[in-house]
Amino acid sequence: MSGGPVLILGAASGMARAVARSFAEAGHPIQLAARNKARLEDDAADLRTRYGAEVTLHEFDALALDSHGDFVATLPALPEVAVCAVGAMGTQDGSEADPLAATHVMRSNFEGPASVLAHLANAMETRGSGTLVGISSVAGDRGRATNYVYGAAKAGFTAYLSGLRNRLTKKGVHVVTVLPGFVNTAMTEGLDTPGPLTAEPEEVGKAILNAVEKKKNIIYTRSIWRVVMAVIRNIPEPIFKKLSI
Amino acid sequence: MSMLSGWGRFPKVECHVVTARSEADVRAAVLASPLIARGNGRAYGDAAMNRGLTLDMTGMDRMLSFDDGVLVAEAGVLLGDIIHTFLPRGWFPMVTPGTKYVSLGGAIAADVHGKNHHIDGSFRACVDWIDLMGPDGTVTRLGAQDDLFHWTLGGMGLTGVILRAQIRLRAVETTFIRQETRALTSLSETLTAFESTLDAPYSVAWIDCSDGPHHGHSLLLLGQHATKADLSAGTPPLKVRHKGKLPVPFGAPPFVFRGVWLRGINGVYWLRGAKRAGTRLVDWDSYFYPLDALNNWNRAYGRRGFIQFQCALPLNTATAGLAELMQAIAASGSGSTLSVIKRFGPQSGHFSFPMPGYTLALDFPATERSLALMEQLDAITLAHQGRFYLAKDARMPEAVAKADPRAVAFAAMRAQAGLTDRFTSVQSERLGL
Repeated sequence: MSGGPVLILGAASGMARAVARSFAEAGHPIQLAARNKARLEDDAADLRTRYGAEVTLHEFDALALDSHGDFVATLPALPEVAVCAVGAMGTQDGSEADPLAATHVMRSNFEGPASVLAHLANAMETRGSGTLVGISSVAGDRGRATNYVYGAAKAGFTAYLSGLRNRLTKKGVHVVTVLPGFVNTAMTEGLDTPGPLTAEPEEVGKAILNAVEKKKNIIYTRSIWRVVMAVIRNIPEPIFKKLSI
Repeated sequence: MSMLSGWGRFPKVECHVVTARSEADVRAAVLASPLIARGNGRAYGDAAMNRGLTLDMTGMDRMLSFDDGVLVAEAGVLLGDIIHTFLPRGWFPMVTPGTKYVSLGGAIAADVHGKNHHIDGSFRACVDWIDLMGPDGTVTRLGAQDDLFHWTLGGMGLTGVILRAQIRLRAVETTFIRQETRALTSLSETLTAFESTLDAPYSVAWIDCSDGPHHGHSLLLLGQHATKADLSAGTPPLKVRHKGKLPVPFGAPPFVFRGVWLRGINGVYWLRGAKRAGTRLVDWDSYFYPLDALNNWNRAYGRRGFIQFQCALPLNTATAGLAELMQAIAASGSGSTLSVIKRFGPQSGHFSFPMPGYTLALDFPATERSLALMEQLDAITLAHQGRFYLAKDARMPEAVAKADPRAVAFAAMRAQAGLTDRFTSVQSERLGL
């Protein structure tokens, strides 16, 4: 990696802010993309002030699938690394009561991210280099009553990233799947998350930079989640269905 | 709901906490409910807690511009962030308290002071302006020409929510401090030494308040920023290392804070310091933030937490007042592990803590015995026309705080401006501010 541009999709989130800082500190120009890009001005100023980074802002709506082709084509440069931090948790109660709300969660966490990464993947494949980073979730490792709509969308996204990696590895393009557990951001606010399992956004930012530099395939943040999810995945279904976890 | 406390871990209060990540988040919170803004939780007591709504400002941690030592940043940026960003470029905070984990907003709200107060004054000395959100959600940019500016510096977040500020940093040639240590054997010797070193840029003393044979012994630490010429050849002048922190996994047993143990700890500390008396180069982190090297050092006191006591006494009563305070502590047998004494310069602002004279900072385990002792210390301080530091306070009665006429004026200003019911903390309710 030679300090090429890094695109952050869904740049308004707390996790995206931390990821952008990690890459800016490492010397990369940063492209921040989100809906209503004007609200990213302060984040851009922060990256310039802290790290002297070159920052550009880009209007991007993950759910406006028709716009994704143009969005990628009109970036000032095809990024060296693209990090997809798009997502919305919704609430499980809301998703159960209103299937349309559930659809919004599924589109935000799977359809939108998959669409924009498809455009980026094709462009990087043509160029023959690049790294795609998808921020999925441990919730996708097994569906649970408490958040299976979000989990199902993330499961789809995780499988998609796995397939992209398999397809592109021979073409010089690397794909990183990031599986955060609890992260201390707006998304988890109000949830009572256990301290040792809860990462700060800065940890996730550093872990992603490290994964990109070392070409890791799948990372859990914190790594304790690899163990936790191995246990959860291996609970036999007759027992699992009776648990509330 | 989360269980919150200040850095002293006493008292603990169940609070509803919301994190602000933008000005819009702050406005929504301010319009929704009475609240107090909270930075990084480094005030020791209950200043940054509100049961109904505590607004966590650490999500507003963006640096907005920097030009030739002048920084504009959001209130949730930590002083340590500022140091790590700008010390490699030759800039250091003009005023810093004893921890770098304080937020910019917290430093402004408490108008913190450092080892250079006798020369440079409190944190306000580096603040050009503040953006403050009032109870109706409007944001006003306040400077030294505004009355509200002088209530907000030292106003403990009770005048509104501090959103961002412009501060000036100090140009430094190196990351090192030239430290001179003097070992002294009595309070009067210590005060004389302070008075004869008023031109030293930084000064602070650790003093033994125990009832042991070294009672009154002190180590006076003087400092100034080292120049390139002070460094040995080959030492990089502006290299900033990221240091790991040593964890404090569990508390020391309570008996350590009493009797023979305490006398022993204090005695050994003085002897070690005395042996190393003289001048040497110390890196910025060890000089300004020795306790930051221990992660969660506040846990050393165990589950019950600890209480800080910090008062300031005017110059004309300081000698007698400090002696009386130290005697009361020694007589109680539950002396303070870490007692720090410092000369203050002139007073400024409407409600800031420092006054020309001396300040004494102490910490005690949070026990009934300590609380009783602190009532005694309150009385001695008031008898000597002293005052108390709200950033450390966790237990003062209203009458003690209101003995300072400025507290009465502050409460009256708040009532008149319609702030009393909108910006409140557990501390402001306890003290009737």
